[in-house]
Formats: sequence, structure tokens, C-alpha cells
Amino acid sequence: MSVHEPLELNVQSGAAPAVLAPNGRTTIPVITTQPPAPKRSTLTDDMKRGLDAPICLTWELTYACNLACEHCLSSSGRRDPRELSTEECFAVIDELERLQVFYVNLGGGEPMLRPDFFEIIEYAVSHHVGVKFSTNGTYIDAETATRLASMDYLDIQISIDGATEDINDPLRGDGSFAKAIAAMEHLYAAQFGPFKISVVVTRNNVDQLDDFAAIAARYGAQLRVTRLRPSGRGADSWDELHPTMDQQRQLYHWLKDRPEVLTGDSFFHLSAFGEALPGLNLCGAGRVVCLIDPVGDVYACPFVIHDEFLAGNVRDTGGFTAVWRNSELFTSLRQPSSPGACGSCGSYDACQGGCMASKFFVGLELDDPDPECVKGHAEELLAARVPGTAPVPSVDHSRPGIERTFGRTGVSIGAKPQPVEARVSEPATFT
Amino acid sequence: MVSLRPEPFGALAYHFGNRRLSFLRNHDMVRVVESLGAHDSVADALEAAGVERRRWPSFEKALATLESSEMIRVRA
Repeated sequence: MSVHEPLELNVQSGAAPAVLAPNGRTTIPVITTQPPAPKRSTLTDDMKRGLDAPICLTWELTYACNLACEHCLSSSGRRDPRELSTEECFAVIDELERLQVFYVNLGGGEPMLRPDFFEIIEYAVSHHVGVKFSTNGTYIDAETATRLASMDYLDIQISIDGATEDINDPLRGDGSFAKAIAAMEHLYAAQFGPFKISVVVTRNNVDQLDDFAAIAARYGAQLRVTRLRPSGRGADSWDELHPTMDQQRQLYHWLKDRPEVLTGDSFFHLSAFGEALPGLNLCGAGRVVCLIDPVGDVYACPFVIHDEFLAGNVRDTGGFTAVWRNSELFTSLRQPSSPGACGSCGSYDACQGGCMASKFFVGLELDDPDPECVKGHAEELLAARVPGTAPVPSVDHSRPGIERTFGRTGVSIGAKPQPVEARVSEPATFT
Repeated sequence: MVSLRPEPFGALAYHFGNRRLSFLRNHDMVRVVESLGAHDSVADALEAAGVERRRWPSFEKALATLESSEMIRVRA
């Protein structure tokens, strides 16, 4: 679903199917000759009740990472010794094939650090589970790019969070921009086709949206922009990095004008500015999306790696299927939920109260407004927070001794970060 | 290659080539799509599935949408 990615808001009432392009954009058939039909539920209602299997499944393959991005959702750095073995990964893929999960979003950490990375993706695509994987690009050289270009049912997403080194590297580490661009060059030269460039929108890069689009155009790539969440290490830097209200409005209009830009449907809270953005405008956690982490733990979505949102483990009896279908957590997420304080707001239908993960990690209640509510309904709540009371991620694989540029533990903004290599106390290689 | 996945509301259709995903939000529609190969025409398939004639236009429209996304195609 990007999440989860190809989902959409569907307003039809007839028998016609909604058709989604691979990029998550929708062609909604307009039905002009509709016979009288009994009142039926919308697609949004169907999605809220949950599906028999996820549409959009994120699977982080390892917590190992050569970078130490300040907003890392999974607080990655060091491999976890309990990570799924190659055989266990194959067993998960077998299950996904049986469930007809058509594709998975693989990530990490840096998934290419797993020595069995190619084995896993080749096993998946040969078992009718398409693969999209997210990478920082470090390990895509000319030879690897050629190998990737020879595979079917494979999408690649390269992450940058600045359209220039001076914006990207303070967040993602010295040299990370150059490495990502080099990977793009290699994929382009190997004629991989339209890979994706993935950008988390921050206060510092929102003015570069057109520049990101230009980079994508240069490599025949598709631009994908997603929302900054206060998850993982992002909890520390969110206050400083999330877009301002004016920037949110700027982003909303930019996206409205560019339906070709992918968003993983992650900006549905912006729909309260007016006309809905294309896509599924609701939280899909545990309903149509979920996360499998490197040790096999299943969470409601990629942005809530925390015990409160842990549904089970793929190693449990019944495997992933039992977790998806029967876990107490997912069952409860599929029940009708109270709009809480948002019930009296005229925009609730547009934003559905926003993102559960964002609320949780800034210390709001799940029925409070989204912390980035475009009507400003969360501002007082945020101002009233007591520092240090927000939930802390239960899982942290950060390498020790890494200085932060942003956030409460860091030095001041704009300070030159030390080279990543000089700050790691332990090699990030997958052992 | 296209797969149909049953769901409480009908089915999901996925095209592995163009990576499109469609929601078939009607169980009759799912039965019609599944049976197309066994019939010589859409009308035969609709008739055999017991779809009332007044609903045919919406089914024909839906099938046309599926055809435009390459989920189904006219038999050669």
C-alpha cells in the first residue's frame, strides 16, 4: 500500500470494477446508465472491514544498514541475530503465494545487505509474488543493475530526501546522495526501465519538489513522495522536520496538479484542504496493509514498530495467515472506530482522522486529530504535551555512538555531520 | 498473466504484466468474468450467470473497463 501502494477511493455504486494503474493512480469508470440498485457499501467501507489477505505488504528483510538516516522508521543499523533465515523467508513467500498476495514491498534496513537478497527476490517472483524493493542505492553497481534489469516483476525504489547533496546528506549521511545518484545512473544505463525515486517530504526539501521531478525525468523514473512519520528514529526529529502548515498547503496543491506523482496514499490527511487526493483516503493498517519485520514480527503497518501494534509472528502456529486473519489486534482494527474528537469536524469524511502512527508516536490518543491536521485541530494538544511522555519505539537497532543532526539529542541544525564511516562503531555488513 | 483473488466483497484482479489492480465489487460480476472463457459471447455468459437484463448495461460497461486494463480480452 505503499504502503502500500495501489489503492484508491472509489465512489461508484454499480458493478463496474475500479481499475488501478501500477503506480496507484486510478481510472474510475463513470457509469451513466445505472439501473436502480439496492444501497450498497462503498469500497472504503469494504476496505475498513479488512481483506482476506493484504493488498500491500511491507516486509523489512534486515535491520542492518550502512546508513543511519535520522528519520529511519525502523531505527535500523545493526542486524538482529534472530532475523529470518533464507528457508524461513522462502516459507513466508510460499504462504504469500497461497494467499495470492500479488506483490510485496521489501525494505529494511538496507535489504541488499542480506547475502541471500537475490535468492529471496528470485524465489518470490518465480512464485508469483512480485517484488518492489526499497534501497539507498549503495550496492547497485553496473553489474548488479544489469542483473536486476534482466528480471521480470521487479520494481526498485531508490531513496533520496534532498534533490541536492546539501539537503539530502545531513538527513541520510555524508556521501549518500552521490551513491543514490550513481545507482540511478547504473539502472538507467542497464535499461532497467521506470524505477521509482522515493522522497520523504520534510520542511527542508518541500521547496525542491520540482527538482525531484526533474531528477526523475532525467532517468525515466517515477517520482514517489511520502509523508514523514514520527516513527523509529523519526520520533526525535519530527518536530523539527515535519512540513509547516503553509508547506502542507503548498504540497497539497503541488500534488493536485501532478496526478502522475505517486504518494503511497500517504497524504490522505491533506484531503481536508478540499477535494480529495487520488487514492485510498483512510488508514489501511491491519485492514489492507501490514508489516513483517526482519525477525518475523507482524505489525499493523510499516510506521508502528511498537509492542502496542504487534499482532504476532510468522513463526507462530498458523504462520502469517493466522496472524492476518485471526489476531486480536487486526480484528479490532477492522471494527468500526469512533471518530472521537474529530466527529464534530466537517472534514472527517475527507481525512478519516488521519494517521494512527503519527498520533501514537507524538503522544496523542488514537481518536485525537492527526498531529498535522490541516484544520489546526491538533495544535493545542501538541503544545500541551509533556516532554518525554510520548511512546518510545520498542525496537531499536541503531548503531551506538552515532551523532544526530536533527532532534533533541543532536547538535544544531546545519552543523556538518561527520562522515558515516567515521562514526560507526561496528561494521554494518550482514554476517 | 491475470489472477483473481476472492474477497468478501467480490474479488481482486491483478495483472502481473501491467501491474494493475481491479476491484470486482459484485459476486455476479466475478462469476461472469470467471465463466467468460466457457461462452461464445458476453451475452451468453450474462444469460448463463442469470444476470437480469436490466443490469446488463452496467456489466457490459464493467467488462469494457476490464478489457481496457487488459484484464480480459476478446478471444482471437
